[in-house]
Amino acid sequence: MDLLSTLQIALRALLRNKMRSILTMLGIIIGVGAVIAMIGIGQGADQTVQKQIATLGSNMLFISSGSATGGGLRMGNGSTKTLLESDIVAITRECPAVVAAAPGVQTSAQIVYEGDNWGTRVVGTTPEYFDIRTWPFESGTSFTADDVTNAANVAVIGETVRKNLFPSIDAVGKKIRIGTLPFLVVGVLIAKGQSAALSEDQDDTIIAPLTTVQKKMTGQPWLRFAMVSAGSRSSSYVAQQQIKALLRDRHRIRPGQADDFTVRNLADIADVASEASKVMTVLLGSIGGVSLFVGGLGIMNIMLVSVTERTREIGIRIAIGATEGDVQKQFLLEAIAISLLGGVIGILTGVGASFVISSTAGWPIAVSTSAILIAALVSIAIGVFFGYYPAQKAARLDPIEALRYE
Amino acid sequence: METSVANLESPVSGHNSNESVLCVEELHKYYQMGDNKVHALRGVNVEINRGEFVAIMGASGSGKSTFMNILGCLDKPSAGRYLLEGIDVAGHDKTQLAGIRNRKIGFVFQGFNLLSRTTALENTELPTLYARLDKEERRARALESLRLVGLADRTDHFPSQLSGGQQQRVAIARALVNSPSILLADEPTGNLDSRTSVEVMEIFQTLNDQGLTIILVTHETDIANFARRSIVFRDGTIRRDEIISRRSVAAELIKTMPTLED
Repeated sequence: MDLLSTLQIALRALLRNKMRSILTMLGIIIGVGAVIAMIGIGQGADQTVQKQIATLGSNMLFISSGSATGGGLRMGNGSTKTLLESDIVAITRECPAVVAAAPGVQTSAQIVYEGDNWGTRVVGTTPEYFDIRTWPFESGTSFTADDVTNAANVAVIGETVRKNLFPSIDAVGKKIRIGTLPFLVVGVLIAKGQSAALSEDQDDTIIAPLTTVQKKMTGQPWLRFAMVSAGSRSSSYVAQQQIKALLRDRHRIRPGQADDFTVRNLADIADVASEASKVMTVLLGSIGGVSLFVGGLGIMNIMLVSVTERTREIGIRIAIGATEGDVQKQFLLEAIAISLLGGVIGILTGVGASFVISSTAGWPIAVSTSAILIAALVSIAIGVFFGYYPAQKAARLDPIEALRYE
Repeated sequence: METSVANLESPVSGHNSNESVLCVEELHKYYQMGDNKVHALRGVNVEINRGEFVAIMGASGSGKSTFMNILGCLDKPSAGRYLLEGIDVAGHDKTQLAGIRNRKIGFVFQGFNLLSRTTALENTELPTLYARLDKEERRARALESLRLVGLADRTDHFPSQLSGGQQQRVAIARALVNSPSILLADEPTGNLDSRTSVEVMEIFQTLNDQGLTIILVTHETDIANFARRSIVFRDGTIRRDEIISRRSVAAELIKTMPTLED
């Protein structure tokens, strides 16, 4: 019998038991739907994490001063006094993979504007900081290199600070106090949001010239950290090595001695994040795989029932000239039709589900065509695998017995 | 109900020739039933020529059903030869046997054995699907077959919408659709009332008059009398094989029968 007629017979048999066919498909629908949705959500989440990491700055490296040890006490990162502005100047000059570097100190202070006040993190740095972090301005501008040289009382505020102190008016040009010192707000930064990698509100900050913070607030000439930008993602690894070597040399650290600083590469953090989401995808994918397997068993079960129910029909077909191959093809095609139809419905459900979840979570939708194609092929494979035994059973029926079957 | 099927084109070629259609020599069949070996056929010899109408009779357990199954290529003999149109069927594999059932044999069963929720036309068409004919040819043959049994106006009816006699005529149409060498009918009137039985026998006689070879299994002597030759089985052998001298003619008999009206 030709394929088209066989397909017609198979589809008609499925339509004859609509409810049963749909229930049988359910396993495959859930399995395929789950896999598609999970892959879609997983890829969407992955892209979001990568994007969030990118908001920290492009190809950024983060140098922090190391841990000071005194009298058996190890004070933790940022406690040494060895990282200096001259180190950062040297890094910019001597490390070829480094494009720009910005020194940084940090303290916290109470900000006061008229009747309101807000406690936040105060960062002292140079104008390069904003470029390295690719952080544009909502309004106003950065302070200048001259401001750094002159230790001017100017500041740039983050979105969270603006919201709390200037809820309805433009902050640029306003006079505020940081602690007891008067400052002029010159710029407001665009909101960057919560950082997934650093788990802190990046916008809850106020940024002033390095020298101003060092001389007028902390009174400490050393640096707490520095931000460095490398040309590309791959050169960030090279830059990391070059910075390490240069700082060890400048700090006269002998071989075998531990660094008095740490250099962290954001590309590393990104890699860890994408590794985690890969593990997630594999895990969720295998859950979907299990439901597909169970769905396949359901198909096999219902096909065996169908073969038994239609024993007489099979007997008639064999008697009037159906070969074993004809009968086998008929039932195999029926199994494939169930599972492929279930697969298609599952794909639609999965795409729909990931669309809904993505839009509620604000993630990009990332259902790949390859995932859909693979899901369709897997459905066919399930139909063949789990339909083979029932089809074989039907084809091997003894026509004499089958015709007598009531 | 009109049952006129006369003056139609012959479904088979050749009329009353003495050419052998099937020939059985020393046919034996054993079954293993648990520890017992059942000897169902004990050396059957028979030759049937083209155009014959043979009734096979016998009590249950006489071996007639086994014999029919072997003739219909649904079962294989344990020993002996079965020549269908001169070809020894014993050497054929399952696929080849399916081909023989499809093209050389037409089955009519007691229980009609039509596919439910499938129209008369589609039921009739079924053997042509397995013969891998193209769509137009299939449709044309099925329509012609249904016309032959007087059901040209019932093509779109489902078996559940047809009377027993009409269902059996669809089954006959299905058996004829591939122009078989022999028509094997196993108790075709077993589920029908007496008038409908005669109507079905009228179709058989008409087809036989046109040259179709028919083998009819029945345990009713009345029905067997519509055939030309009767073979009686008993204990796995042929007990009697004779020409029916006072043959019933269905077309005449039916005129004497009252129509049952509810």
